[in-house]
Amino acid sequence: MNENLTALLPELALLGAAVLGLLTGCWLPRRRQWIVAVLAAVACAAGLTATAVTLATGREQTVFSGAFAVDTATGVGRLAVLTALPLVIGMSVETVRNHPRETEYWVLLLLSGAGTLALTGADDLLMLFAAYLLASLPAYALAAFAKDARGTEAALKYYLMGALLGTVMLGGTALLYGAGHTTHYRGLATALPLAPYGLVAVGLIGVLAGLLFKAGAVPAHFWVPDVTEGAPVPVAAYVTTLPKIGGLIAGYRLLHQALPGSGVNWPLLLAVVAALTMSLGNLAAFFQTSVTRLLAYSTISQVGYLLMALAVATRSDLAQKGLLFYLLAYAVTNLGAFAVVAGLPRARALTDYRGLAARRPGLAAVLVVCLLGLVGTPPTGVFLGKLEIFSAAVDGGFTWLAVLAVANTVASLFYYLRWLGPLFATAGAAPAAAHAVRGRTAAATACTAAALSLALGIGGSAVLTLAGGPLLP
Amino acid sequence: MLSVVTFWPLLVCAVLLLLPRTLPDRAYHRIWIGATAAELALVGALWAGFDTGGGTQYEQRARWIPGAGVGYHVGVDGLSLPLVALTSLLFLAVAVFSARERRRVRSYVCLFLFLQTVGTGLFTALDLILFFVYFDLSIVGMFFVIAGWGDGERARAAAVKFFLYTFLGSLALLLGFIGLYLAADPHTFDIVDLTRGNPLAGRGTYAGLVLLAIGAGLAVKTPTVPFHTWLPPAHTEAPAAGSAILAGVLLKMGTYGFVRVAMPLLPGSWRQYALTIAVAGAVSVVYGALVALAQTDFKRMIAYTSVNHMGYVVLAVGAAGTLAGTDAQARSLAVTGAVTQMVSHGLITGALFLLAGVLHDRGRTYAMDAYSGLAARTPRFAAVTAVAAFAALGIPGFSGFVAEFQILTGSLASQAVATAVALTGILITAALFLTALRRMFFGAPRLPPTLPDGALTDLRATETWSTGLLLAVALVIGVAPRWLLDVVEPAGRTLTGLVAR
Repeated sequence: MNENLTALLPELALLGAAVLGLLTGCWLPRRRQWIVAVLAAVACAAGLTATAVTLATGREQTVFSGAFAVDTATGVGRLAVLTALPLVIGMSVETVRNHPRETEYWVLLLLSGAGTLALTGADDLLMLFAAYLLASLPAYALAAFAKDARGTEAALKYYLMGALLGTVMLGGTALLYGAGHTTHYRGLATALPLAPYGLVAVGLIGVLAGLLFKAGAVPAHFWVPDVTEGAPVPVAAYVTTLPKIGGLIAGYRLLHQALPGSGVNWPLLLAVVAALTMSLGNLAAFFQTSVTRLLAYSTISQVGYLLMALAVATRSDLAQKGLLFYLLAYAVTNLGAFAVVAGLPRARALTDYRGLAARRPGLAAVLVVCLLGLVGTPPTGVFLGKLEIFSAAVDGGFTWLAVLAVANTVASLFYYLRWLGPLFATAGAAPAAAHAVRGRTAAATACTAAALSLALGIGGSAVLTLAGGPLLP
Repeated sequence: MLSVVTFWPLLVCAVLLLLPRTLPDRAYHRIWIGATAAELALVGALWAGFDTGGGTQYEQRARWIPGAGVGYHVGVDGLSLPLVALTSLLFLAVAVFSARERRRVRSYVCLFLFLQTVGTGLFTALDLILFFVYFDLSIVGMFFVIAGWGDGERARAAAVKFFLYTFLGSLALLLGFIGLYLAADPHTFDIVDLTRGNPLAGRGTYAGLVLLAIGAGLAVKTPTVPFHTWLPPAHTEAPAAGSAILAGVLLKMGTYGFVRVAMPLLPGSWRQYALTIAVAGAVSVVYGALVALAQTDFKRMIAYTSVNHMGYVVLAVGAAGTLAGTDAQARSLAVTGAVTQMVSHGLITGALFLLAGVLHDRGRTYAMDAYSGLAARTPRFAAVTAVAAFAALGIPGFSGFVAEFQILTGSLASQAVATAVALTGILITAALFLTALRRMFFGAPRLPPTLPDGALTDLRATETWSTGLLLAVALVIGVAPRWLLDVVEPAGRTLTGLVAR
């Protein structure tokens, strides 16, 4: 049995930093708690290095009785998570500085990040559920971090939905176990085609329910707008970005590895969920006046595009690299937009952004890159991701879905332009107080994210090639 | 070499952004004129070194995103070189014209330099995704020009409509490109490889759907009736320089797409639906002319004549796909006419839009009723506008005549009815330009009430030079077109051969 712990270095780095950070934080004076943030950033850097080494030397393997796979999807997933996490840390610095519970904030972030990493590699239903819990529980606490009324309400909603769908997921796991007599994906792939149809179908829907909750897809999306608006902005950025990476890669692995031969018509199910998610997300975003709510619905619609790759997981070779690349590009682009919002604490309504370009040209430029990037305008990374995913959908026989996605993309442009247009207004600019910046770090994070988004679009070749590698059985 | 030509304006733009903000507007303007003049010189060198019979030249091919079948592949042939030259000429004219722009000059200059790179890049791209990248970025750039330098809230609404409408078109185009990509084995977006492989030959409905997606995408940009409704508000609200670029360069991206992508890559379906395309062209010609005739707004009228002029191009490319009742020479003539018309329209309509800008600058309105007897007050403006109007209605001696003559002769044999219908468009255009000239320039002197009497200035030097430059080139093409046709004709013959295979 392979119990090679070095294969899990990125996960262990985050967990170790969390434990170490908690212990250190107990003894640190309040104004020196930033040390824990540095520790977290170092852990991310170490994890990234370990990931790069694994990817470069081709050390793909499954560890712990095949419960955890370290392969292409895990590698790119780690890359995305460990790129996104420092960006979240960067935009949080000024929000939580000298807060009485600053250490707890960083520790929860690290724990939830470790859970997300575990989600991407889970090759076993029980491992998947454990990862789900590890990724979710700290996030509930983070949502209520500010301890204000709206944050508490958001956290409660998040928790109740997560608990409900987590139970459903556990039920689904039990049913699939009953049908296949194993929880391991490789075993399920051979056993499920022979199992009773209804059992597999209901079990699969149960497990998917939990993963769709993580990703924030319809019909498990109700928490997204409330948490995004109620929680502190960096937390909102976190919960709309990282859990999606974990949930979608886990879903892809489950469908691709455990259910390729089963009689359940899950491609159609996923296609319908994708269609509903992108359409409802876009429709709801149309006339939002709050930037965080607008971004929340925009992230829902993005999940719709991403789910297209899951629908054609076994039908097109392009699905995997499309999904992985899109996730990475989406993560940095979405975080860029959130970082601008975090950097302008007084601007919460669309109207507050009027005339921003004249006062803060840098932040306005970041918004232009990131919002047009979310639409999928070249040369940003999301464009390349969309290109691959649309190609995969057409290749997999879901041309109608690709056409719907195109229509949705145009529709989404409308609300992004409602935000972008006023930036350049010369008459009737918002009062200067609305454009007060919180500090340098958030702005620098925003610029970094926008630059990464552009770099992925222009020089994303290497990542795209990387993302096309095989999954381990 | 081509990459230098393409990215030179962007490089200048980057340098401008690095310069201190305290630089006076005049300095930015000087640098801009210098940069566009240098670009024109570079293109002149390209033209001088171009071998007319040599097919695609100055080719450069590099790996870009091999994982997605995307490469950086550029080159020019007889179809694209005239448009590259047109782009550099128009941007120089616009740079000279914009001497009096006072609003956020730095951003203005940078935006136009960016658009110049995008325009040049699109006409040199030989990879579908590279083509698409420029196609999309042109929309983004023009959106900011209209929203930022148009007039108030209405301009922003027009800009949003423009963005949404043309973005829908560009995404339809992308779907078509994906269809081509998936059909090719190995999967590729390279235009040259796809042309050689002709992967959709004999694929019936699938090829038809791909052509529908690509055709719809390009028709929005061209614009062809019924996809033209974004054009009038966008033109009316855009600043004069933006309108000139929109009409002169951006509309060409649609028609150029027909000859670069749709025809050589989908020859079978193109022949199958040639009649539909020719009819759409003829309808655009007549409809555009009729609606232009009904306009009271000078700029809106020019915008609709763009629909009319682009209709001829669509008619010609449709006729070039009809094999029955015609020979290769006629079809090649139609293609040559189409390319000449693209150049001609860019020059003449570009000049007309700049002149409309002058009109608005002086009288704060485009309404033709507000002006009368301008010829006496502003003789130079009246003379230049009259020359531009006559050139636009296709009078012999200007490029428009050469282009339309070739198109109609080349199309007559294969699409007789459509051509006959389109011929009436020339009459209507003549009528509307003559009426407009009579209303504005002759009769009793009358000026908009907003204008204090005696404050009317004639064309300034920069305005005369910029419009005069464009009209002079149109005149040269009209009188001695061989230097242009020698470049276009071989490429036209090649294209006709590709469509007929």
